[in-house]
Amino acid sequence: MRVDWTIYLTFLGAGLILLLPRDSKNLIRWVALLTGVAALLVGLKNYFDYNAWVNAELAAHNGMLTDGFKQIVNVTWIPALNVNYHLAVDGINFPLIILNGFVCVTGILFSWNIENRVKEFFAFFLTLIAGVYGVFMSMDLFLLFVFYELAIIPKYFVIAIWGSTRKEYGAMKLVLYSFVGSAAVFIGILAVYFSAGGQTFDILELAKHPLAPEVQIWVFPLIFVGFAVLAGMWPFHTWAPTGHVAAPTAASMLLAGVVMKLGSYGCFRAAMLLFPQGLEHWKWWIAVLAVIGIVYGAGVALVQKDFKFIIGYSSVSHMGFVLLGLATLNVMGMSGAILQMFSHGIVASLLFAVVGRMVYDRTHTRQLDELGGLAKVIPFACVTFVIGGVASMGMPGFSGFVAEYQILAGAFQMHPLLALVAGLSIPITVAYILNANNKVFMERDEPAGGHGHGHSDESSSHPPLPPITLPERVAAIILMALLVIVGLYPSIMLNMIKANVELFLRGGR
Amino acid sequence: MTPISYLEVFKALNSEVMLAVTALAALTLDLASLRRAEPLLRRRTIGTVAIIGLLAAVIPLWQQLGHPRTVLLGGTLAVDDLILVFKVVIVVLTLLTVLISMDYDVGRHVGEYFAVMLFGAIGMMLLISAEELLTIFVALELTSISLYILTAFHKSELRSQEAALKYFMFGAISSAFLLFGLSYVYGVTGATSLEGIREVVKSSGVGMSPLLATGMLFVIVGFGFKVAVVPFHLWAPDAYEGAPTPVTAFIATGSKVASFFVLLKVLFIGFAGLEGSAFWGHFSSGWTMLLAITGALSMVLGNCAAIVQRNVKRLLAYSSIAHAGYIFIGLVAASRMGATSVLFYIIVYSLTNLGAFGVVAALSSRTGGDELQDFDGMAKRAPFLSSLMLIFVLSLAGIPPLGGFFGKFYLFASAIQRDSQNFGLLWLVVLGILMSAVSLYYYLVLLKHIYVVDSKNESRIITPTYLNVTLGLVALAVVLLGVYPRPILELLNSLVAAL
Repeated sequence: MRVDWTIYLTFLGAGLILLLPRDSKNLIRWVALLTGVAALLVGLKNYFDYNAWVNAELAAHNGMLTDGFKQIVNVTWIPALNVNYHLAVDGINFPLIILNGFVCVTGILFSWNIENRVKEFFAFFLTLIAGVYGVFMSMDLFLLFVFYELAIIPKYFVIAIWGSTRKEYGAMKLVLYSFVGSAAVFIGILAVYFSAGGQTFDILELAKHPLAPEVQIWVFPLIFVGFAVLAGMWPFHTWAPTGHVAAPTAASMLLAGVVMKLGSYGCFRAAMLLFPQGLEHWKWWIAVLAVIGIVYGAGVALVQKDFKFIIGYSSVSHMGFVLLGLATLNVMGMSGAILQMFSHGIVASLLFAVVGRMVYDRTHTRQLDELGGLAKVIPFACVTFVIGGVASMGMPGFSGFVAEYQILAGAFQMHPLLALVAGLSIPITVAYILNANNKVFMERDEPAGGHGHGHSDESSSHPPLPPITLPERVAAIILMALLVIVGLYPSIMLNMIKANVELFLRGGR
Repeated sequence: MTPISYLEVFKALNSEVMLAVTALAALTLDLASLRRAEPLLRRRTIGTVAIIGLLAAVIPLWQQLGHPRTVLLGGTLAVDDLILVFKVVIVVLTLLTVLISMDYDVGRHVGEYFAVMLFGAIGMMLLISAEELLTIFVALELTSISLYILTAFHKSELRSQEAALKYFMFGAISSAFLLFGLSYVYGVTGATSLEGIREVVKSSGVGMSPLLATGMLFVIVGFGFKVAVVPFHLWAPDAYEGAPTPVTAFIATGSKVASFFVLLKVLFIGFAGLEGSAFWGHFSSGWTMLLAITGALSMVLGNCAAIVQRNVKRLLAYSSIAHAGYIFIGLVAASRMGATSVLFYIIVYSLTNLGAFGVVAALSSRTGGDELQDFDGMAKRAPFLSSLMLIFVLSLAGIPPLGGFFGKFYLFASAIQRDSQNFGLLWLVVLGILMSAVSLYYYLVLLKHIYVVDSKNESRIITPTYLNVTLGLVALAVVLLGVYPRPILELLNSLVAAL
């Protein structure tokens, strides 16, 4: 099966779920899971084929690619506007496609305990996943925009219906932020289309004939910032923490794990590829904003009282690394950025799963002061958090290290000060992860003062919590395994990324 | 003047005649044999008669397709493929309105209700054919008066009466404006047919004389009332809220389609050469500038006012004011692509709105209210209709892959294309896109009440199958127009080329 079947399979799964009776909850869960697994397998199969192909090409052409793209489908969709249904894959979007597959499968496993309106939940969830697959593969600006917007609406419902803490506010804020961002993108797309003569929306065609520099200078920031809103670029990041916190576990995983990557991917594919001069003009701004986001996100995470807010702000910080890496415009930094998208996707999913599913669903609180001593009650959660946490800190041996190290090295080449300031966030990350780990899993029953009567009773006598279920274990192990595999053997991903980034920097496609 | 062959006219207006006969038949049938029957039975019987008439009216329209353009009665009425397509659209919209009405309590005067609705449809169809100022006016009056009557059909409800009175007063004033403006246009050009006006303007080089400018202004004001754009929109929220919901649907769709169609013709044919300019920094007087300003105001005010509405019909009324603003962007483009985009958009918009009002009619007549909180928890009580409402509302919000998204995209694209070197109309497009982002807020609030908020009452709402099927088909059409707009778009494009 071609890799575009990931999109169709997921849509079909969502459609099938709509037809099932709403009371057969287990059937719905299994259909969703099988859909996710099937799409993931299709993705993986094609991923390894592509990887082998890239390695063969590299061997044949002295380590250089001539064309990184595998075309999948390219047919006319709307002739009146020259819109094509054009899907293609390369070493940049393939890691993200399988990331989406993994987050989908594990997200479904972590949502196994949802009992309220199961049918609608999985239908919205799979629609969102399908939209994301579509964005990653689209090579036509119009098509990309269609999939991008398609992915916005299900987020609202998933958060507003199944979320917690100020869910309606968080959902609306998130959707309006993404929609305003996409409005900027929309204007940019129209401007590109007509400036280029109104002949095509095809990204690869448009990239061959860059626009006049004076157009690039003003259209580039529209499209870049429009997408960067979703990537959590400071100062447009404020939707991210509230949205992540309000969302149910699977949706936080998806938001931080994949949807934020939609933003950074859009920045790369639509903005950076089409506007080389615009990029050159604005890259320092991007780099500086990214560094501010990195340090700011980490700093704010350090002082949070809510477990989930810590992870929410840490996402802002780590996504800053992605934007910084993209702005460096050297092989090191950009490859690191792409790998960081994958790596952070897995780390964030893992951490949100621990916070939302393993801890919050059992204790019904996320306040650091009210939690404590969970390591004894649910040791598995503790182990998972520690592994996710050290990967997030950038410990060697995990994928986060490979990615962030390269980004910092690339940033150093751009300007040493950037790397220096961004590097500050690493000790801060260590601090907030250890602090959270300490407060949630280690300390116990030393009330920090403000405890209600009932709470201190409970925390001193360790109420037995429901044990970690099998779906949770399976999902957590999959995610942890990925972190380690990519950490120890990064070339399965880095080879194709590097080859394509190099091609991009050489001015090829 | 050539002698008038009434047989020709009769043949060309076959479907209008059929509808008139159907309307009379409906009246007679109701009066003769159904006065004492159950209201539901009456509605269904007479509705069926109307449906048969409407279906029969499609046949002659269909047969005329593909023939060369014919002009009747010295240029007052024309029949060509574009006109026929839009007549079919009107018939379909009327058909859907009738289907929705069959399920809705319209009071005791069932026969009159359906008959007046059919008369309104005839007015709209004539309006679409009309290419001469007086005929346009007469057809517009036939449409409007039918709608005033229909608005008042909730006889026992005060708000229906108030709405009808308000609608009537505003409508009458707007007709006066229109007629006044038309008289000036005639006075300056000496012609009443649109073609004639264009010729005179082109050959004599009168250009934008003060008198013609006044006439044009008044004509646009008159049409501004009919399509409800700011600042001529004040009747719309009250009329939409007060009218029986199927009638609201009819006002918001059928009459809008016809009015926009004729406005397009008046501007693009009659006032060709008087466009002026609405390009940023290069404003010059002409109708594009007037339309740009009213359109911009409509988008801003319509969307912002919709945010605070608590009544669903009122909310949709403000949303339709905003949508009229979007459509004006396509008119301002004053190009072939602009005309295509406007025509495509009014088709999508009317189907979407009809579907939305259809769902509101079906649900509110069973819950007894059309405030936002009456829709709480509807996703559990009426899952099917709720999912259709999701499609309609998201299409209005312009979310892909639904028709509303593509329609809006095409409208905005046509405005950019008009001056693609300097992006002269970009300001209008930016405003439109930003306002769509605002509109997403209130559309989501509506959907929030349906999908997110729980209701105390969880009893299932059962709606008749024919209604579900009808609305389901409308939703399917809305989806298809977005996913596969190609056939309709190509059809309109080729037909507009001949305009």
